[in-house]
Amino acid sequence: MAAEPLEIVFTGSGTEANNAVIESCCSVSHLETSGHLVVSAFEHPSIEESAARFEARGGRVTRVAPGTDGVVDWRDFAAAMEDDTRLACLMLANNELGTVQPVSQAAVSCREQSVPLLCDATQAAGKIEVNVVDLGADFLVLAAHKFHGPLGAAALWVSGRRDLTPLLVGGGQERRRRAGTLNVAAIVGLGTTCELAAAELDDRARLLAGLRDRFEAGLRTIGGALVHCADAPRLPNTSHIAFRDLSAEVLLIRLDLEGFAVSTGSACAAGAAEVSPALTALGLEEDEIRGSLRVSFGITNSPDEVDDLLAALGRVVSSLRQGALVARR
Amino acid sequence: MSGMTAVAMSGGLDSSVVAWMLSRGDEEIVGLSMLLWDRGEEVVHGRCCGALDLGDARRVAEQCGIPHYTLRMEKEFRRSVVDPFVDGYLAGTTPVPCTRCNTWIKFGLFLERARQLGAQRIATGHYARIVRAGDQFELHAARYRDKDQSYYLFELTQEQLSTSRFPLGEKTKDEVRSLAREVGLRVAEKGESMELCFVSGGIREFVEREAAARPEIGEIAAEGATVRDRAGTVLGRAEPYYRYTVGQRRGLGLGSPERLYVLGVDAGANEIVVGGREELLVAGLMGSPMHWIGERQTGEVEATVKIRARHAGVRCRVSTDEAGRTVVEFDQPQHGVAPGQAAVLYQGTRVLGGCWIESALENGS
Repeated sequence: MAAEPLEIVFTGSGTEANNAVIESCCSVSHLETSGHLVVSAFEHPSIEESAARFEARGGRVTRVAPGTDGVVDWRDFAAAMEDDTRLACLMLANNELGTVQPVSQAAVSCREQSVPLLCDATQAAGKIEVNVVDLGADFLVLAAHKFHGPLGAAALWVSGRRDLTPLLVGGGQERRRRAGTLNVAAIVGLGTTCELAAAELDDRARLLAGLRDRFEAGLRTIGGALVHCADAPRLPNTSHIAFRDLSAEVLLIRLDLEGFAVSTGSACAAGAAEVSPALTALGLEEDEIRGSLRVSFGITNSPDEVDDLLAALGRVVSSLRQGALVARR
Repeated sequence: MSGMTAVAMSGGLDSSVVAWMLSRGDEEIVGLSMLLWDRGEEVVHGRCCGALDLGDARRVAEQCGIPHYTLRMEKEFRRSVVDPFVDGYLAGTTPVPCTRCNTWIKFGLFLERARQLGAQRIATGHYARIVRAGDQFELHAARYRDKDQSYYLFELTQEQLSTSRFPLGEKTKDEVRSLAREVGLRVAEKGESMELCFVSGGIREFVEREAAARPEIGEIAAEGATVRDRAGTVLGRAEPYYRYTVGQRRGLGLGSPERLYVLGVDAGANEIVVGGREELLVAGLMGSPMHWIGERQTGEVEATVKIRARHAGVRCRVSTDEAGRTVVEFDQPQHGVAPGQAAVLYQGTRVLGGCWIESALENGS
């Protein structure tokens, strides 16, 4: 990722890292705060809820909406900066849609306007190249478990141009930027998963995109499925689809009973389907949101498994459509 | 039985035991919980939908070795149960939300979802019995009357009964609890949920809070209701009218030497009519068109009617007026006939059906 070792602060999670940066730049924990914050309208809750708290305590927030393709226009993002903007946040890839955001373009204009930029690369790391020099952000976050590493270790990259006021104090760890005993085993795992990802990145991307494309091509035989953001730059592993005539909640459970784990929202929200912030930000109709499923592929999946999934999905969809016909009669 | 059965799991004792019982057989079982009312951070035990209870449901399902899912139905629950409940109170009636929930949510939307998920039927922890008689499905009271919940199920249809099972209908609560203890279900010592699952605190506060959150309702009476007797004499002022229900004695705050009861509630005028206990006695009731569970019966029907959940029941004659409304004449006058409650008809243990009470039949009318 082209970072210098001393620029890395290890944290317990991506959420902690995002919170630390926003706190450091925006004093969100103070009872009263002020100034301005720019975020995209579909950031991860660790950023969105920090932004909401900033707002509740006196700050102003501009949420820049993505286009219908699931990508934020970097010109809109740049234009959202104000004189007292304390921080801007743009994720590298959206955690639900997998769409890749124009971080390097946004970074150029943030730098011109002297606004620090936080790039949450949690979803992207291990799937596409993450190079802090090319991206040009001031802070970047990634978490090991998102690309086959262990739970409980994340990395916050802090550019040499920026300081970080620690969120946790009481120890000199991480050059006084994050107090607390380090989770060494998980951090070693994070290092290993980064090494493996770097070595295998192209192969993995080819494999994942192959699985995803096979899935999306097979979907056509089922009929009535839309692929969200199909023409936007996307992570190779994520397919976000919708059946307008069906409930995703029902599809998810039927597929789970058949042994396939898919999701209706972001992966963190599986089980209790909240209305997806990403789909809401896209401005989709309610029936399309209600019928939306996220299917993610991993490097251990095989083309046969994709075919099995398609077969199961086909069975479930046709049985639901038949049921709906019977009910209507 | 072939095909999958979906157990409605609230995380309470009864439905947990149902899940356990069915999971010991060889049919395919799935546990489904309904998230009906989002309590957010509120932690209240013994109420459905709290994170604690949904967690219990999930862990009991794990103990039973069955898959478990939670279905979000908050919108539908609000629309079909909570809003009509609030509207009912604001109209001066005494609604029965549990019946609406059974009709529209548990045996309506939930049954539909369960079938979409591939289940052939649902099972719930209700204390009632379904008896097959020829090609008809009859609803009967539970074997043991103290836990009987058939009153709340009177709106069910043949279709719903044919796809439902009540495995606790023949059991006592003690048997259910012992079974849970015996097999070590984690909810074995859990208490009863007696109150309405979605109301925490007082009903009045709930109604006011909900009304304030629904702009279409507009202003509701904040000042106390005028209290008068049947002759029209004003006796004082009480709390707003929606605080009262027919038959209620407490909370009138009149300090009258004789015991006074609420005889009627007039929402439009924000008035409460009160009188002595003997004035509460009425000869019968008028209700909405009858819902018959089995074949529709014509002419005059003799039955036993329950006019509220805990009513012992009274013999009655049931007929239909020209407008199709139900007329129920009691053999002995009854007190506490409250509009909004259900009048449920029984022959023996069998539930014939019922109607929603609209008004009392005055003595001698």
